[in-house]
Amino acid sequence: MKETEERVSATTFEELAMPLFDQLYNFARWLTQDTAEAEDLVQETYVKALRGFSSFQLGTNFRAWMYRILRNSFLSSRTGLKTMVAIDGETEEGLLPAESTTPESILIAQVDREGVQEALADLPVPFREILLLCEVEEMSYQEIAETLAIPIGTVMSRLSRARKALRNLVQKKNEGGRHGV
Amino acid sequence: MACEQWRGKFDAYVDGELDPAEATSLGAHLRGCASCAADVLERAQMKRSVQMAGKRYRASPELRSRIAKSVAVKPRREAGWFWKILAVPALCVLILSVAVNLYVRHESERRQLVYSELADLHVSALASAAPVDVISTDRHTVKPWFQGKIPFSFNLPELQGSEFTLLGGRVTYLAQTPGAHLIYQVRKHEVSVFIFQDRGEETGGLPSGLAHALSFNEENWTQNGLRYFVVGDVGEADIEKLSKLLRDAH
Repeated sequence: MKETEERVSATTFEELAMPLFDQLYNFARWLTQDTAEAEDLVQETYVKALRGFSSFQLGTNFRAWMYRILRNSFLSSRTGLKTMVAIDGETEEGLLPAESTTPESILIAQVDREGVQEALADLPVPFREILLLCEVEEMSYQEIAETLAIPIGTVMSRLSRARKALRNLVQKKNEGGRHGV
Repeated sequence: MACEQWRGKFDAYVDGELDPAEATSLGAHLRGCASCAADVLERAQMKRSVQMAGKRYRASPELRSRIAKSVAVKPRREAGWFWKILAVPALCVLILSVAVNLYVRHESERRQLVYSELADLHVSALASAAPVDVISTDRHTVKPWFQGKIPFSFNLPELQGSEFTLLGGRVTYLAQTPGAHLIYQVRKHEVSVFIFQDRGEETGGLPSGLAHALSFNEENWTQNGLRYFVVGDVGEADIEKLSKLLRDAH
């Protein structure tokens, strides 16, 4: 009886979790900035998730659950402890005053892929991860809130700050590049 | 709405998080406002480039297969036979113990039911205005009184020299079976003796011996196809003494 149950849950877990493998690895690699660490992190995530799958409530967001496990594992890793810096002045609710886009920043969009990748890698982890969840994983604000265990208001303000920070970095690189030429 | 007020919603708009009504009115604004439109376009392009740049890393096939293997449903063939061999007797034991348990519980419930019914008969007889229908201390009066009233005959003991006195008797029923209900007295305590035909089902399955129900002591046994029950609030010793007298009666 117990074995049957285990079998059922294992089947379900495999079916739910394996399709997320590539995304999870990409996310882990972005967080750790290291291939070996990313591999360990993904492996640890799957082991923990399989073990804790009985506590996962079907019908709730499985993807957010998996990302949360991965992220928590990362945070408790040595690299995670070092990189996860607190973001000063983060407001729980209200959005930051909107940035007006300068004409120069419009050029940023045309920056090459490599430049954006470099800028992303240079961002503090909290900014990097929220941008990845929003843009790459295309999570809704709600899902991001569940994954990061923060209120939606914080998702919006952090996202806004992350975008601004990325824009500034890309801009700097752009300028540097242009100066270099 | 002024541009300034819309600007705070640009991110949500690009992320598809504005509610439809707001998105529609912002869309209308953008069609008429070049600077806001440029801002939103820039954000959308930025979003797009992060999306493309972010899809950067690919796991090695080895990692994928390693993880897939670790979460796969294992057939567990090697272990299977071992558990099966173990499981079959374990299951048998389990089924058997459940069955035994059910039987024992059923039995004890049934027994308890008979005991409490006898206790009820005993109490209700004593509580009634006329506890007995034949009032006599003489066994030779009481025994014949039952003739024709119950489908069997029985012997009553000679009580001379004992502490027991016969008060009388009445016809009673247990599980739709007629029987004799005799009331004895010992030191101001009344003790009921019930005699039924041993018909198996209701009474026969009961284990002989002493028992307790509702703080009454009870003893029962089968003799010459009759089932005897002795019930009273006296001590076990008195119950046993009266039982012995009844057993030895002829």
